[in-house]
Amino acid sequence: MAVEEIGNPGIGDGDAERYRRDFPCLRQEAHGRPLVYLDSAATSQKPQAVIDAVSRFYETSYSNVHRGAHMLSERATDAFEGARSRIASFINAADAREIVFVRGATEAINLVAASYGRANFGSGDEILLTEMEHHSNIVPWQLVAEQTGATLKVVPISDDGELMMERFDELLGPRTKMVGVTHVSNALGTINPVKEITAKAHANGTPVLVDGCQAAPRVAVDVQDLDCDFYAFSGHKLYGPSGIGVLYGKRDLLEAMPPYQGGGEMIRRVTFDHTTYAGVPAKFEAGTPHIAGPVGLHAAIDYVADIGMEAVLGHERALLDYATEAIGQVDGVRLIGTAADKAGILSFVLDGVHPHDIGTILDNQGIAVRTGHHCAQPVMDRFQVPATTRASFGLYNTREDVDAFIRGLHEVKDILG
Amino acid sequence: MADVRDLYQEVIFEHNKNPRNFGVLENPNRFATGHNPLCGDQLTVYLMVGDDGTVEDVKFEGSGCAISVASASLMTQMIKGKPQEEAERIFQAFHDVCTKEREVEDAPELEKLAVLAGVRDFPSRVKCATLAWHTVHAALESGEQGAEVTTE
Repeated sequence: MAVEEIGNPGIGDGDAERYRRDFPCLRQEAHGRPLVYLDSAATSQKPQAVIDAVSRFYETSYSNVHRGAHMLSERATDAFEGARSRIASFINAADAREIVFVRGATEAINLVAASYGRANFGSGDEILLTEMEHHSNIVPWQLVAEQTGATLKVVPISDDGELMMERFDELLGPRTKMVGVTHVSNALGTINPVKEITAKAHANGTPVLVDGCQAAPRVAVDVQDLDCDFYAFSGHKLYGPSGIGVLYGKRDLLEAMPPYQGGGEMIRRVTFDHTTYAGVPAKFEAGTPHIAGPVGLHAAIDYVADIGMEAVLGHERALLDYATEAIGQVDGVRLIGTAADKAGILSFVLDGVHPHDIGTILDNQGIAVRTGHHCAQPVMDRFQVPATTRASFGLYNTREDVDAFIRGLHEVKDILG
Repeated sequence: MADVRDLYQEVIFEHNKNPRNFGVLENPNRFATGHNPLCGDQLTVYLMVGDDGTVEDVKFEGSGCAISVASASLMTQMIKGKPQEEAERIFQAFHDVCTKEREVEDAPELEKLAVLAGVRDFPSRVKCATLAWHTVHAALESGEQGAEVTTE
């Protein structure tokens, strides 16, 4: 981990209150009450530094990248490639060329499934996923399985919402051609032992794709330490813009993979008889990209790295502990996801009350939570619930937010009880 | 935004807790399953429609929020014994009121369904209220093999 990422040792409520003031969208009321935003796992709000970086880029440096021989084009290219280098250092990638810009984690996983999968999977091969994956780490593999004749295998989860590692050991076999696992579960909050999974998969000769969508904003990520082959995350959950995401891939793997989409930017030489492709990462970045996206993400990473990812995780865990204790006092609540190692995501059901009704009544009090299946229907099936209510934390949340949320739940019970 | 207590009226709680015509209808001649993919809710509506087009019997089963369960329960009460065309007319009126294309006063056919009109001030919940109606609409048009419908 780079020194700058270590940052300060901890965040108190006073710090969080101060950070909160950096986020203009949080400085408002919702339905006449102060806005309490507990939906950062769906998407995080943006600090002023990100908003300013994007508008300043459009005001002073905008042009297409990698093309023009003019001042603005060079400026835009420098900003775009500077962001790539910053992202590489943030996740400790060995080389900035291992960072591919995509629309988001979903596209990153689709890229690997389509490109690596179609080239490497065959009939009878197995793709090993887990029961707690988001749909975006299930459906792309199903698509490539249909095309190649490969099949999906699934590591089950325990009643606490932890991966059953002994089942992983059993399911990892000679036909396993890919392991796909989420670093942090969006529906349960579980932090998975990704390093252990990667070591075991590699001992089996199997590459590993890690869905880092929920981890990148909450956990210090070091891809070389994890030794994963692919790591996918989205900018918008990491306090950056939406529409920009990152696929990290080990360089030798990326080099060997066929292109994902064809077009401009990704070629070296085109004739109607034959086309040769650009090197990585350009080979995977066909077309004019979301140029300002990486610029905003760069600013977001500077913002969170200044605070320090260990401090962010520590803060979210402190809020989670406080909220878990408080919600335990509310009659009829059942937590979904009680793993020993959890990030700031609290998923629960309330006896006799559907999550949608909870969501509407909380919203009426200015409290934003997510209700539904969280794009993780297999998790809902596993716990035999149609949906859950999820409160998730960001670096700007405080114990006061948790207090408002618990008061809100009592109001729900009062209205619907 | 309107007060949330205007949405959750007593009638809605009552139907949510004790839904009418809840369960499976043996040997229906029409049925359909409706999904709301945004929340994962689903319900199935079973119908027995007479030769003259009268809805002779109706039942529903499934899981959902208070709004969708109450709406389904009220729906079964409203259409039972009515001609198919009348059921479709009530659906249209209910849809128009929920989407603010018509005022409640201009839709007398709603009768007690009017308690659900508060949903129009909660746009994210309109689909909860109309799921049962989209499903019964699909069921009425289905044959004995049934139909599937989603709110999206």
